[in-house]
Amino acid sequence: MTTLLNVKDLRAYYGQVQALHGLSFSLSEGSLTTLLGANGAGKTTTLRAICNMVRSTGGIEFDGKPLNHRSTESIVRFGIAHVPQGRGTFTTMTVEENLQLGAITRKDNAGIISDIERMYAHFPVLKQRHTQQAGTLSGGEQQMLAVARALMLRPRLMLLDEPSFGLAPLVVRDLFRILGKINREDKVSILVVEQNAQLALELADHAYVIETGRIVMSGNAKDIANNEEIRKSYLGY
Amino acid sequence: MELFTNQVLAGIATGAIYACMALAVVMIYQAIDHLNFAQGEMAMFSTFISWQLMQWGIPYWAAFVLTLALSFVGGIAIERILFKPLAKAPILTNVAGFIALFAIINSSAGLIWDFTIKQYPTPFGSAPFLGSQLISTHQAGMIGVTVLLLLGLYFFFQYTKIGLAMRAAASVPESARLVGINTSWMIALGWGMASAIGSIAGMLIAPVVFLEPNMMGGVLIYGFAAAVLGGLTSPFGAVVGGFLVGVFENLAGTYIPGVGNELKLPIALALIISVLVVKPAGLFGRHIVKRV
Repeated sequence: MTTLLNVKDLRAYYGQVQALHGLSFSLSEGSLTTLLGANGAGKTTTLRAICNMVRSTGGIEFDGKPLNHRSTESIVRFGIAHVPQGRGTFTTMTVEENLQLGAITRKDNAGIISDIERMYAHFPVLKQRHTQQAGTLSGGEQQMLAVARALMLRPRLMLLDEPSFGLAPLVVRDLFRILGKINREDKVSILVVEQNAQLALELADHAYVIETGRIVMSGNAKDIANNEEIRKSYLGY
Repeated sequence: MELFTNQVLAGIATGAIYACMALAVVMIYQAIDHLNFAQGEMAMFSTFISWQLMQWGIPYWAAFVLTLALSFVGGIAIERILFKPLAKAPILTNVAGFIALFAIINSSAGLIWDFTIKQYPTPFGSAPFLGSQLISTHQAGMIGVTVLLLLGLYFFFQYTKIGLAMRAAASVPESARLVGINTSWMIALGWGMASAIGSIAGMLIAPVVFLEPNMMGGVLIYGFAAAVLGGLTSPFGAVVGGFLVGVFENLAGTYIPGVGNELKLPIALALIISVLVVKPAGLFGRHIVKRV
């Protein structure tokens, strides 16, 4: 399989504080990869560095093209959709406007309209609420909306930051089932950051474990899930 | 009763101007979280440009459209040159920037066109409107142009892609960047539009207050009042606030004994303060809850 995203020796800084210390990993086309790790390990920072939302050095290549020093909004045009922590909902706008915003860089109006219908098929609850202000949706519905908004880009790679955060277990199951389906059927590569390691390993095919800004473990998701030693020492379950 | 109707209609006419100024202020406030103290001066300068164009023999409506375009470009230039570099600066630095802009524009206008009061033409004339003594054709024209402008803006923000992008950039900038919107240019565009809207207000009110470098001082205070009354977070509220302030100002001047023309301004401001005591976010504004 070809490599879609290649990150080499990534170092990221918040002011004087260094958050990532030479992190390297790659993601192959069509894969669903997860980055695991404790609070403060640098998972969110890694995603933010890919989209140039935090100062960083090192190499980030997407489909062979370097992403460094490009603005956040231009990186989107490569087909990278980022669902940020806290979902980034446009709360004062309607559900449908949120979906339209996901496709704002696209020019094919007919395709956008049919994609909105496709999203409503994936997430029926969004159709019921399409004229409602997005801020009035529940946490789970807002997460669905955030994923749908990202898909409206027709991305090649979707970055998801803690999609399970603050959601009821049943809602999380549902969401992860849909993510798996999107990955298989729509051929969207997914990089998902999670604290809920057990669930993420069930979903993913490949996994990396981050600790204090470094990759300390990588491998097949099933192998990691089955290795009790790794689970106990790094993932805490 | 005729006096009352007359005062209400006159109030709506000046209220239309306040609504434009309030809308201009709110557009910039939404984009960069600062009140543009120089909004009135920008409008005044635009009005002078239109006057100059007419002096050179260009007909009114051509000068009007040309001024709109020049103001739009000028607004973008001000943002790019002065306020983009200040985007991450503290509030007081920005306030200093606005005051500097105010002083620079005001003195430049005085330098170029001097401080004497000038007549400014109206394309509508000042005859009674449709034979009625209640309202003049110019007042009706002020209302008409403003209504067209507001409809146009509503359509723009509600039904065009770029309008949607501008709203997104103003409400959640980070998410807007993550869907690929160049938020920095959206801010510049907001400045251009605010500047153009202000120029319309200036050109419409100039036949009433006459053309001179300080013509917009009072108008901008009413505009601010309207924006605060309607809610700085709500363009719709700013427009409603503008009309309310215009009507209230006229009615207070007519019916409250001892107010007259001189005390209209303090009375209007007193009304606003009383509203804010009850509804601090304004009539239509949202409370902003920020996580710390």
